[in-house]
Amino acid sequence: MSDTSTWATKKGLAQMLKGGVIMDVVTPEHAKIAEEAGAVAVMALERVPADIRATGGVARMSDPAMVEGIMKAVTIPVMAKARIGHFVEAQILEALGVDYIDESEVLTPADEEHHIDKHQFKVPFVCGCRNLGEALRRISEGAAMIRTKGEAGTGNIVEAVRHIRTVQAEIRQLAGMREDELFARAKELQAPYELVAGVAREGRLPVVNFVAGGISTPADAALAMQLGAEGVFVGSGIFKSENPARFANAIVQATTHFDNPKILAEVSRGLGSPMRGIALETIAETERLAVRGW
Amino acid sequence: MAPPRFGVLALQGAFIEHIRTLQAIGVESVEVRLPEHLEGLDGLILPGGESTTMRRLIERWGLREPILDLARRGAPIFGTCAGMIALARHLDDGEEPILPLLDVTVERNAFGRQLDSFETDLVVPVLGDTPVHAVFIRAPVIARTGPGVDILARLPDRRIVAVRERNIVATAFHPELAGETRFHRLVATMASAHADPGEGAGRRPHPLRRSEGSEQR
Repeated sequence: MSDTSTWATKKGLAQMLKGGVIMDVVTPEHAKIAEEAGAVAVMALERVPADIRATGGVARMSDPAMVEGIMKAVTIPVMAKARIGHFVEAQILEALGVDYIDESEVLTPADEEHHIDKHQFKVPFVCGCRNLGEALRRISEGAAMIRTKGEAGTGNIVEAVRHIRTVQAEIRQLAGMREDELFARAKELQAPYELVAGVAREGRLPVVNFVAGGISTPADAALAMQLGAEGVFVGSGIFKSENPARFANAIVQATTHFDNPKILAEVSRGLGSPMRGIALETIAETERLAVRGW
Repeated sequence: MAPPRFGVLALQGAFIEHIRTLQAIGVESVEVRLPEHLEGLDGLILPGGESTTMRRLIERWGLREPILDLARRGAPIFGTCAGMIALARHLDDGEEPILPLLDVTVERNAFGRQLDSFETDLVVPVLGDTPVHAVFIRAPVIARTGPGVDILARLPDRRIVAVRERNIVATAFHPELAGETRFHRLVATMASAHADPGEGAGRRPHPLRRSEGSEQR
């Protein structure tokens, strides 16, 4: 008797990606550069977040032909983004055989009330969060991996830092709570009590948690790791930098040696310019991506 | 005798799961990211992860030769999934081997993509009658074994998924994800035996014979 698409295999793949860098790619050529640089997986999307920001319009799932081209180009796992609540995009991506789906706020949401019922799928999902409650709601819907959102396409780490610090602090708070307090806290978090109690007991989320949104240098990646990330997603930071292959490689090295400043200095040296980046206060509230999802 | 001290290659992948499994059986371990972390170890675990990423990091940080040295000295090396790929002498896709310590040919992603990942119960005779609950994630299989390789487990379709050759043990699946400690106990025992082989019956003098070189009669 053997079973496929179990909870263990779904969250297990994310466990294998830990300590690694998942890179946004738009084309098979990008995917090859990412794999060559040591990415543990690539994320297929229509446009990198910086371009979504610059050009506007509705951002959707990538063209299936492009996703298939990327799957043929590399042997590492291929993830692809679907719009929040757009379960048909997810069905299409599953039919293509992608290894993970990111139900992502970076794309334009398709549903402002409902996220995808991820339990209905054989393919595992990763979802974004800004805090513990959001993470646990996504896990209760079936997400097998979590990433903190940050603010994608800005090259600015400030929101990513805020979100991972928030999640970690909220996990630490649970550890000191009595059972009756946990019941009350579960209501505040709008998350199932069983998941809240599990986090309190284990001192960590029941699935792997990466940091995303605004990482653009090796030091940014190492900062995320030192704050408790189990790995990082890098979007525009690589292919909007002066030298994508070198940045990609340096960020991979920095994620492995995140707690070794001498090595971080060595791998950060002479990389050229990182992506230009945007100060957060210049982005109107309505243009922010992280607030999408509920 | 000091208990064995293990290293777990911590460049990328599910290394913490191995550290926790070793902890559960009372074996001390350290994370290995640089050659100097290998000093004084009695054994090494190569975890699951992405083999292409691990290959690049092993090369970049000069870990290849020191790991091969550790293996040559007889310390047990245990690889799971990507770790098994790293140990294979031949890869079926023609890629260069990473740490060619195990005389097998490995087929990567042998079951297909993530949708084909699975879990199952496996009979592993060397570990006793209780089956091993095995989780296979984008797993490899062993397509060929050399003459010195013992086959520890096969799937019902006869494909080989666990082997041992002298001090090298490898599984295509993840005991560390299923709370399975017996493989870790096996390699910990191998490490203790390596650190202290004991007196050994072959080297023991005759009970009535006095010390070496003493006068007869």
